[in-house]
Amino acid sequence: MTTPLAVALDVERIRKDFPILDRVVHGDKPLVYLDNAATSHKPTQVLDAVHDYYTVHNANVHRGIHVLAEEATALYEGARDKVATFINAADRGEVVFTKNATESINLAANVIAWAAPPLGLSPGDEVVITEMEHHSNIVPWQLVCERTGATLRWFGITDDGRLDLSDIDRVITERTKVVSFVLVSNILGTVNPAAEIVRRAREVGALVVIDASQAAPHLPLDVQALGADLVAFTGHKMCGPTGIGVLWGRKQLLEELPPFLGGGEMIELVTMQRSTYAALPHKFEAGTPPVAQAVGLGAAVDYLSGLGMERVAEHEHAITAYALDRLQAVDGLRVIGPTTPDARGAAISFVLGDLHPHDVGQVLDELGIAVRVGHHCARPVCERFGVPATTRASFHLYSTLGEVDALVAGLDQVRRFFR
Amino acid sequence: MNVETMYQEIILDHYRSPHHKGLREPFDAEVHHVNPTCGDEVTLRVRVEDGVVTDVSYDSLGCSISQASTSVMTDLVVGRPVADALRTHDEFLQLMQSRGESEPDEDVLEDAVAFVGVSRYPARIKCALLGWMAWKDATAQAVAAASSSAPTEEMA
Repeated sequence: MTTPLAVALDVERIRKDFPILDRVVHGDKPLVYLDNAATSHKPTQVLDAVHDYYTVHNANVHRGIHVLAEEATALYEGARDKVATFINAADRGEVVFTKNATESINLAANVIAWAAPPLGLSPGDEVVITEMEHHSNIVPWQLVCERTGATLRWFGITDDGRLDLSDIDRVITERTKVVSFVLVSNILGTVNPAAEIVRRAREVGALVVIDASQAAPHLPLDVQALGADLVAFTGHKMCGPTGIGVLWGRKQLLEELPPFLGGGEMIELVTMQRSTYAALPHKFEAGTPPVAQAVGLGAAVDYLSGLGMERVAEHEHAITAYALDRLQAVDGLRVIGPTTPDARGAAISFVLGDLHPHDVGQVLDELGIAVRVGHHCARPVCERFGVPATTRASFHLYSTLGEVDALVAGLDQVRRFFR
Repeated sequence: MNVETMYQEIILDHYRSPHHKGLREPFDAEVHHVNPTCGDEVTLRVRVEDGVVTDVSYDSLGCSISQASTSVMTDLVVGRPVADALRTHDEFLQLMQSRGESEPDEDVLEDAVAFVGVSRYPARIKCALLGWMAWKDATAQAVAAASSSAPTEEMA
């Protein structure tokens, strides 16, 4: 953030909205929750919205003429409007609700692969991803490439945890049909230079898919400014419930792409021979959708918007800068990923000497400190950096400097324990 | 700290100085097992001669629990008839499913009794079983290969 905002986040007040943050674990240890890249906690406002939905309005959507059905439909579609505004979509029909970001990317990969020419994948076509991707932005593309005969290519990672775009013109070529990449890495924390990749993809006429799972909860997300064709993210990492994700797509493209799942809700007219499909966004929403979860996501978006995503980003940037400084002063600790807070999100992966992250995480847990250990669904990144796994601390709007201090003190205890 | 019930000194000793580690020849079967949730990996070789496990060698990456458990396992199976070693495997599996409630038989499990604390931690049970599962898989392959190449010999 270049211009400091007048009013910083009132984190102590925010923490009161998240009842779970008052929990103690293992007897009397206050919870220090540093696993926000896995999932965020939910404020009372979101919990109340879900509870209120089931208590007062519960009905199936788009198919009843009774009061509850109309209220449920209005709440579900209202949530779509809120999300559309949150990401600056040009049209509410561009916001497709899914189960999670994984389903969003699978939807994108499959309908692109199935589409009629000039879209669609066939032998000789190339799909470009990066070595930095979450498995959910690798495996769906491997699957469609195997099925269509298209070739999968990828950008590598530099030693300091950035995408190696030095040969961008040789990786993204006239043969490239799709470029799919993560906006903010869940394991390295890197914020990738979307504009540079989008520009090159446009030059060759490739579609651009962006995994914004770790961006939407932490940074202002403007899908029009990003310039991508499809953007995926999930609700549960941004203070919403599990079971609700989003695929945003450029309207004209979504209209050209074939449906993904078939069933109720996504149709216009069904005969025994064939069917025609509903208008956007319903064409991509087969079956009863996760209504309560969408309502909860709508409340989460209200909550985040009320705070202001610029301020959320500024707060997390400050926490991340402080954590990078303090962690890198821990004896034997090596950060895997960018070591400075520039163009960096609030997830910090590290290894501590030759201790296995599982052991690090176990002792931290005993102290009430929740971190993630393992390969974070990004095994190629671990392989790239020659580590079997990492320990990851990840922050959110309610994280405090005191929690960073608790982590650093905990790591000292870990080192003493395994000495 | 309660976590000390998991990290018994015996476990930490095996972790710091693992037994039988390294890949050796000759061997009858080699397997590669992974624990995808945490990135623990083991490549393990088994030598079976006349129905007896004569060597287990391995190369592994992983947490102290998986490393120590594999080391302890090799002590318990090397030099033993396959059928006996499999019974020990079953006993260890039972111990790991006991949620800390079991009173393991030290005559059978020796150093492996130290893992009773690990069985209280659901996320770590797979770590403790990684080497054992790899050994069972490799041994089954070695025995199957031996019986198919020497059909006249009876496996006891």
